[in-house]
Order: sequence, then structure tokens, then C-alpha cells
Amino acid sequence: MSLPRLSFEWLHACCGCEVSLLDAGDDFLTLVSQVEIVHCPLLLDNKYQRDETGTLQLPQADIGLVSGGVASEEELELVQAMRASCTTLIALGTCATHGGIPAMRNQWTTQETLQTVYAYGSDEASLFPTKISTPLDRVYAVDEHVQVDWLLPGCPPTSAAIVGMLTGLLDGNPGKALTKSVCETCPTRRGAKGQGGVGRFLDNATGDPQKPLTEMVCLLEQGILCMGPVTSGGCGGKDAPLCLRARVPCRGCYGPVRAGSNPLLDMLGALASNGIDHRSMIDRKSLLRFSGAHGMLKPLRKRR
Amino acid sequence: MGHQITIHPVTRIEGHARIDLHLDEAGQVSDAQVAISALRGFEQFVIGRPAEEIPRIVTRICGICPWMHHLAAVKAVDGCFGVQPSVSGHLLRELCQILAHIHDKILHFFFLAAPDFVLDPQADLSVRNIMGLVRQEPELAGRVVRMRQLAQQMLARFAGKAIHPVAAVVSGFSCAMQEDVRQSLLADARELLDFACYAMDFAKKQAFERLTGEFDGLGSITTGFMGTVDGQGRLRLYEGQLRLMEPGGAYEDFQACDYQQYLAEHVEPWSSAKMVYAKSWGEGFSLNPEQPKGIYRVNTLARLNVCDAMATPRAQQELEEFRSRFGRPVQTTLLYHWARLVELVYACERSIELLEEQDIINPQVRNVAEPGAGRGIGHVEAPRGTLIHEYATDEQGCITHANLIVGTTHNIAPMNLSVQQAAASLISNGQVDEGILNKVEMAVRAYDP
Repeated sequence: MSLPRLSFEWLHACCGCEVSLLDAGDDFLTLVSQVEIVHCPLLLDNKYQRDETGTLQLPQADIGLVSGGVASEEELELVQAMRASCTTLIALGTCATHGGIPAMRNQWTTQETLQTVYAYGSDEASLFPTKISTPLDRVYAVDEHVQVDWLLPGCPPTSAAIVGMLTGLLDGNPGKALTKSVCETCPTRRGAKGQGGVGRFLDNATGDPQKPLTEMVCLLEQGILCMGPVTSGGCGGKDAPLCLRARVPCRGCYGPVRAGSNPLLDMLGALASNGIDHRSMIDRKSLLRFSGAHGMLKPLRKRR
Repeated sequence: MGHQITIHPVTRIEGHARIDLHLDEAGQVSDAQVAISALRGFEQFVIGRPAEEIPRIVTRICGICPWMHHLAAVKAVDGCFGVQPSVSGHLLRELCQILAHIHDKILHFFFLAAPDFVLDPQADLSVRNIMGLVRQEPELAGRVVRMRQLAQQMLARFAGKAIHPVAAVVSGFSCAMQEDVRQSLLADARELLDFACYAMDFAKKQAFERLTGEFDGLGSITTGFMGTVDGQGRLRLYEGQLRLMEPGGAYEDFQACDYQQYLAEHVEPWSSAKMVYAKSWGEGFSLNPEQPKGIYRVNTLARLNVCDAMATPRAQQELEEFRSRFGRPVQTTLLYHWARLVELVYACERSIELLEEQDIINPQVRNVAEPGAGRGIGHVEAPRGTLIHEYATDEQGCITHANLIVGTTHNIAPMNLSVQQAAASLISNGQVDEGILNKVEMAVRAYDP
């Protein structure tokens, strides 16, 4: 019996999703003994092939995983080749599902970004690389270009989540996406209303570090901006969210808890309903830090 | 008419790269380019963000070494706000950096590079990879996978998140370490040191001989080097002064905040990564393989070359053995791999030293920070080389300007020269096969780009 075939490709990505899979330890070893990996630039020497018409061909696979958003002509061609070669396609990580941090560049035009990146510090101030793959006008999520069968957000998704989804798919039972918010998975103490404002994270949270998180007052109630209310939970598995374990507020890396919603608007709503004045917040656009694809972040129109 | 051979993608490295080899009419290599492609735009989109948020944004430059960007950025933001971290804040940050180096070196050496020299570079690609290593050396591979995972789990144990971390914050660290956690980390750090020594012995018996025998000279070029040393000239990864060494061995030390007097960036039309060169040598920049100009290397071999000594005993023994066999500076490109394991030993020893510091559990992990206008430059030695983050802020403490010099960019120019050298020595009459092209890629993998 032939093993199920897996194919991995990365686009506008950082490799964090792939490292998270490697962090699974023995579960990674078990997984690779149950599948045949046919394409994975990080681990395997398979090269790109083109057919007679010049179309990029990748090996046929039962399950394909794509990390990263789509930000250049080359990445667009790759994601189309992945879709064409994989029976089931998973968008792996928040860059693939919502654009992720790199989609913050959608607040500027590509030309503006090129100017900023290449003008400073270089010896020939006006020189741009011209022979590289053409950047697209913005950073897209994978499902803006091809049909995706499963979304697995997270920056990165935990090892357990990636292995869980893959073994689930191999067993024909991929399970359900978590619909709880970070707040609903957070053990900190809640009760009081907010402090009237939300501040910057310039001093550590109040709460004895020797005592468990259940003894610490909710960070929003302490007056620290935390995106727990509008962010998809699950980063901590059955335990506390990962950033909260370090006593640091959530910044939304698993994307919005409600599919298709705008975390900026939802967060402003959540603050208002808790009597917190959102005008105390600096840099509201950063609430879309992980979700700038799907047209959420756009360049500001210049006033003439 | 000559023609072009393309290797795309370069595999078993982090990120996207392609190699273009240009052959002349006689089928000899006339030119070679390693193109790293991806416009990320971090220097653009950090503009306007509150500076204290930057350390948790720039992590996404690299998912293998997010801690390096996290820490270089947080040091730079300390500078912008004119604050110093507390003693335990400092120790905790360094411990994170050292543990991150450990996972990275195991990943690079065993998962990415070793299939070429523990297995066979000519082996079929279905075998020449970590899965092949698992089948051929199951005990070693199992230990490799678990030890890498352990280093990551240790980070998560006291810093919450290992990949794309959040715990280093302006003016210190976000949470104090508890004594029971320190004890458990110490036990694990000792296990990692055992593994590092075992890995070194294994490599000396089964891998390094091939690097200096069968593959001798692959990708070798003559360049300068740069790394970080402390006041006694000992190799440091977390802080110290930069040492820039000329190809002949003479060197000059300088502070990272003065980097613009010594280094400059160059743009080539075929690479979206900028190339850094030694401006202070006054010869400009040239990739001409006959007479390269301004070119130095960073990363493991460079750090070993520039230091006078290692700061820990086992690593010092290893440096002495390395130096007695190969001299100083060592130009052999594939010896980056050997140097990588010497640094692995240092990192494990250093993690134990840090955990043995009583101050590491001091609950005063963070000083108070006030946002304001300023300029800050932060640097660390990332696994891939010297990493420099520079920011300027306005009165509100929001970013007005950023410049990032990422470890790999120092090595882009030398990597091109190494690939050209390797390709020219391996290819004649235009004859190539998959095994030859993989050996050309080995010249890239040594740099762990």
C-alpha cells in the first residue's frame, strides 16, 4: 500500500510554521513514517519542473500545505501550482489565512515600499533590484487567489495543531475549528470594568509572578491593550494562551475569532461596551497587524 | 552561444533562493548568481508603530531565528527611550538568545546540511534528507529531533512563546523566572551539553573527514571576517564589540553604534537582498572573483576566526584543536559546519553559566520606560551573522525611521563568490548532473543563509 503523499510550499513566509512542525519531536518522527513527503523546499531537494507549455509543475499530492501570503508573481504561480497538484489544500498559518505581519505593507503602495527599503543606507541611493520576481500590488491571503479546503491560522500554529490536523485528515476526521476567543481560553481574573482607557505596554502587568495566572487580573482591566476579545483562541491548547503565560497581552496572531470580521472594528466595539475610551489608544491600525489581507489594510489616499 | 543552468529552488535552506549559472560557448562557468528573492518591507511598515511593539513585529523576518530579531530590536528600542534593562532582565534575555542558538545549530547541522556529508551528496533526493537520516541512523536522528525540541520547550517554559517570542520588552523582560523552573532548566541544559559533545564526537568520526577530504576546497574563497567579541577578545553572541578582520588577519574593533563608519550596503539588480561590504577598507565593492573588493564573511566560521578565545572551557578546547589543524583565519567554506558545532558546545556551556547566576531569578525584571524621541542601535550575533537593528522615534515614541542589517546579507556577496568557485571547479564542457548541482548547493548551505 502506498503512503499518503504530502507536499509543502512556502510563499511570503518566514519558516516559523515549518519550524513549529519540526518542534513536534517524536510526533514529527511518527508523522514522517506514515507519509511520503514529495515536495518541501526546507527539507527535500525536489526542484521546480515546467511542462512543454512552460507551466510550473509540482508533484501530485493528497495533502498540500501552503504557508505565507501571496505577494509576488512567483508566489502566485507557486500557489496555483500547489492547488493544481494537491487534492486537499491547507492554508497553514496566519500569513496564508489572513496576510499576517507582512500584509502590514498593504498600508503603502509597492512603489513606496521599494523606495523606503532601497533608498536608505545603500551606496547608490536610487538603485532598485529590477530582475527579481515582480511584487504584486499588495500582500494577499491564499484564498484570495485559489480555493482552500482548510484554514489553520496561528503565528505559528502550534506543533500539536499542525500534527493534529494532518493526522485527522489522514484518518478522515479532521475535527472542528475552535470557535472560542482568546479571552474564553484565558484564566486571568475578570469582574471589574475597565480603567477608562487602554495604555501601552511600558511597564509589566500587576500580579505576583509566583502565583498562577488565575490570580492575575485581566490585562484589559489593568488598562493594558489586549486583543483577546476579538482573537481566535487555541494557541495554548487546553492551557493558558501563550503570550499570557509570559504575562504579555495578546496582539491577535491567530486572526479574528469571527470568520470574515474586521478585528479593528470588533475591538473598538468591545472596548466601548466595557466603558473604555478607545481614543486613549495610539496606532489603531495596528489592530489589523495580522489581518491586513482581504482588503482590510489599504494605502492612505494622499491629499493634494 | 553560451547557456544558463538554473537551480530553483535552492533547497534545505531557510527561504527562497535560486542559483543561475552562466556557461560560455566552451561550457565553462563564466558567471554565477545566488538570487534571494522576496521584498518584505519591514523597514516600511514599522514606520508609525509605537516603538515598544517593534520587537514583536520584526520577529516575522525569520521563523528560525525570531529571537535574534526580537532581541536586536528590543536593545535598539531601549536606546530610543534611553533606558537600561535590569540585571535579571539582561540575564533572561541572554539565556533566551543562547537557547535559540542551540535549536538553530541542531536544525541547520543535522536537518539541513548533514544529509550531504553523513549520507551521500550523490544519493537520490528521496534519501538525501532528514527522513533518510532517520532511516539510516535512527538512534542519532531520534536524539537530534528530541534535543532540538527540548531547547524550544525550555524557551517556552519561562518565556511563553518559543517561535515569534514576546517576553523581551523595552527596559527588561516580561516575567520573572521561578526557582523550580531554573532547576528544571539547569538539568535540561546539562543534557543539551552532553548531546553537543556527543554530536561533536560523532561529526569528528563520521562527517568532518569528508569536509576536509572528499569535498576539500569546495566553495573556498579568500575574504575578511566579522564577529562579536568581549573586552578580552573572546567570542560572544549576545553583546560585545564588533571585530572586522581583513583577509590577511589584521583587525579593527568598533562599537555596533558606529557601524555606518565601517559598513555600507550595495544593491545588485538581481537580488532583493542588499549586500553589505567593508566600507572602512576604502576599496569599494566588487564581486569580481579575480579581485573581490570589500568582501568579508560572518556567521560561525567568521566568529571563530576573529575571536582570540572562547569564553567557556569545553568550547575553548575545541577552538584550540580547530586552530591547530586549520590555522587562523580559516578560509575553507565547508568548515563553517565544524565551527557551527564548536559554537553549539559554547552555547550549551553558556546556558548553564547563565542559569547558575543567582541574579537570574531576581524578580525585578523590568525598569520603567518612558516613550520619547531618540535613536537606538541594537545588535546581536544571530546564527546567520551579525544582526543590526536601528530605529529613530518621535516624541510619542513612535518609529520614524528604521534600518535593518540582517545576518545573511553580509554573506550574500561571499556566497556568490563561493558558488562561482564551486561551479567552475565542478563543471566542465557544460556537463552537469543532479549530484554536481547538489554539490554547488552545498557551497550555499555552508553559509546557512
